[in-house]
Amino acid sequence: MAKKVSVDDKLGYNVFHTDESYAHIEIDKDYKNEEEIRKVVLACPAGLYKYENGEVTFSHEGCLECGTCRVVSGGKVVKSWNHPYGGAGVTYMQG
Amino acid sequence: MSEEKFDAIVVGGGLAGLTAAYCLAQAEMEVLLIERGDFCGSKNVTGGRIYTHSMEKLMPGFAKEAPLERKITKERIALMTETGALNIEYASGKDDDDSTASYSVLRSKFDKWFAEKAEEAGVMMVPGIRVDECLIEDGKVVGINAGGEEMYADVVILADGVNSLLSQQLGLKKELEPHQVAVGCKEVIQLDEEVINQRFNVKNGEGTAVLVAGDPTLGNIGGGFLYTNKDSISIGIVATCSDIGRVDVSIPDMLERFKNHPSVEPLITGGVPLEYSAHLVPEGGFNMIPEKLYADGVLICGDAAAFVVNLGYAVRGMDFAVESGRLAAEAVIKAKEAGDFSARTLSLYQQLVEDSFIYTDMKQYRNFPKLLERHEIFNDVPEIADMIMDKLFRVDGRKPVSLPMFAVDEIAKRTTAQKLLDLVMVALDAL
Ligand SMILES: Cc1cc2nc3c(=O)[nH]c(=O)nc-3n(C[C@H](O)[C@H](O)[C@H](O)COP(=O)(O)OP(=O)(O)OC[C@H]3O[C@@H](n4cnc5c(N)ncnc54)[C@H](O)[C@@H]3O)c2cc1C
Ligand code: SF4
Repeated sequence: MAKKVSVDDKLGYNVFHTDESYAHIEIDKDYKNEEEIRKVVLACPAGLYKYENGEVTFSHEGCLECGTCRVVSGGKVVKSWNHPYGGAGVTYMQG
Repeated sequence: MSEEKFDAIVVGGGLAGLTAAYCLAQAEMEVLLIERGDFCGSKNVTGGRIYTHSMEKLMPGFAKEAPLERKITKERIALMTETGALNIEYASGKDDDDSTASYSVLRSKFDKWFAEKAEEAGVMMVPGIRVDECLIEDGKVVGINAGGEEMYADVVILADGVNSLLSQQLGLKKELEPHQVAVGCKEVIQLDEEVINQRFNVKNGEGTAVLVAGDPTLGNIGGGFLYTNKDSISIGIVATCSDIGRVDVSIPDMLERFKNHPSVEPLITGGVPLEYSAHLVPEGGFNMIPEKLYADGVLICGDAAAFVVNLGYAVRGMDFAVESGRLAAEAVIKAKEAGDFSARTLSLYQQLVEDSFIYTDMKQYRNFPKLLERHEIFNDVPEIADMIMDKLFRVDGRKPVSLPMFAVDEIAKRTTAQKLLDLVMVALDAL
């Protein structure tokens, strides 16, 4: 049986033009409700939300721009969500 | 550019936006299409299979030229448990023409091709720009603002997809709710054309669509899909957002679980992964369509207007996106003739949509989301099917149980007669 491939490895298949100067998603670092945080951590297809030592962390690098975190969190963990600027972010070559 | 005024600005170069822009250009209108991706298709993900009837109406014979992958000639439905799978395969054997056929498709390639066609038809293409907001004067949409640059038009067509922040800003649509959308998570895996032919028992140019319920989503609402492309496989899962957290498995892990299922792994083994993608799918059905698809100077179409049916085992939105783009263009052409882009004139679009197959089909399945909310379908049904099949085919020399009794017993263990009857009623209602 094939082994489980990590999300980080999978993101490596893709073409990204990461915009270092603009985070198109911002989170509320002080948000504490564990159940809500857990949902967002499980939801993100790119595994960009981490919950460690009672704190939620996030990096927009590798974002697949799906919008799932915004919808699942209902404004609670994710403070603001936008598309990256034009030309930035993921470039799908297959789709 | 800001001095110029266009007849129409289309936001979004997916199927809905490209179709609208293409039709307007064909009617000799000056149309600008703005796409935030590097090129049209570079942000777009589908399952996918496109039912070609609406593209065929738009560009007869397009399938001969367009980068479609394989014509779907085999349908496979699978009910999966952790290790088992009940597969049902169907082939009509009929040679469908492009008014009834469907093809596997990769959107980055397809939309890019379509964008070239639109440009040839006269559409002015502006990729690599994100539209930030619609410009409003006296309560009427008069153009757009993209990074401080303002562009004006008689009408703006919003075809900006499921995350249509623009139609939310205008109040045409509310923020998406977790039960109204599913997340799709997908990989494209390269395999030789001949290997695909052998594994799926198909000829060159012909392909299989596999739709799966049960284990991939661990009983969460949703399922798995697999489509054969020319020399790659699209494989993914779709899971309703309101179910996330119900089980302790992440979305990316569900996809890994699906890929490693004993009945799936042999189909993709040896392949080279090319891409990993994710995208939301509107799945609220008919009740999710915004009340008004227009306002003064603006129309919405495609996923932005939630024109998608999710049948649990299959998602269908591309033919709706194309049709809605065409109807939006038709309404705009009429508005131009009348020299009036007010909500009153643009309401023709709503009328056209309501008279089209988009409404008929979405209405027909309006109660489907309710049926899909029943976890039995994704949990118990595959397990019961698995138990029954296992009993049917496992011979161990012990005393056999008569199959009907066994089936009744397995069903009874999981549900009550009332619950079962209730499920049957919801199912009948949905169908
Ligand atoms: C996993 C999955 C499986 C699916 N399977 C199928 C299937 O098998 N068959 C089927 O028929 N349908 C399927 N669908 C649904 C189908 O893909 C969609 O209904 C269809 O792609 C909608 O097309 P659209 O043009 O409305 O939106 P999109 O294709 O999403 O296009 C929207 C465009 O707008 C652009 N945009 C957004 N905001 C801005 C902005 N502010 N400025 C500039 N540009 C912007 C985006 O970059 C994008 O190019 C599936 C969907 C998913 C996610
Ligand atoms: S948009 Fe999608 S990929 Fe990006 S952070 Fe949110 S959930 Fe993750």
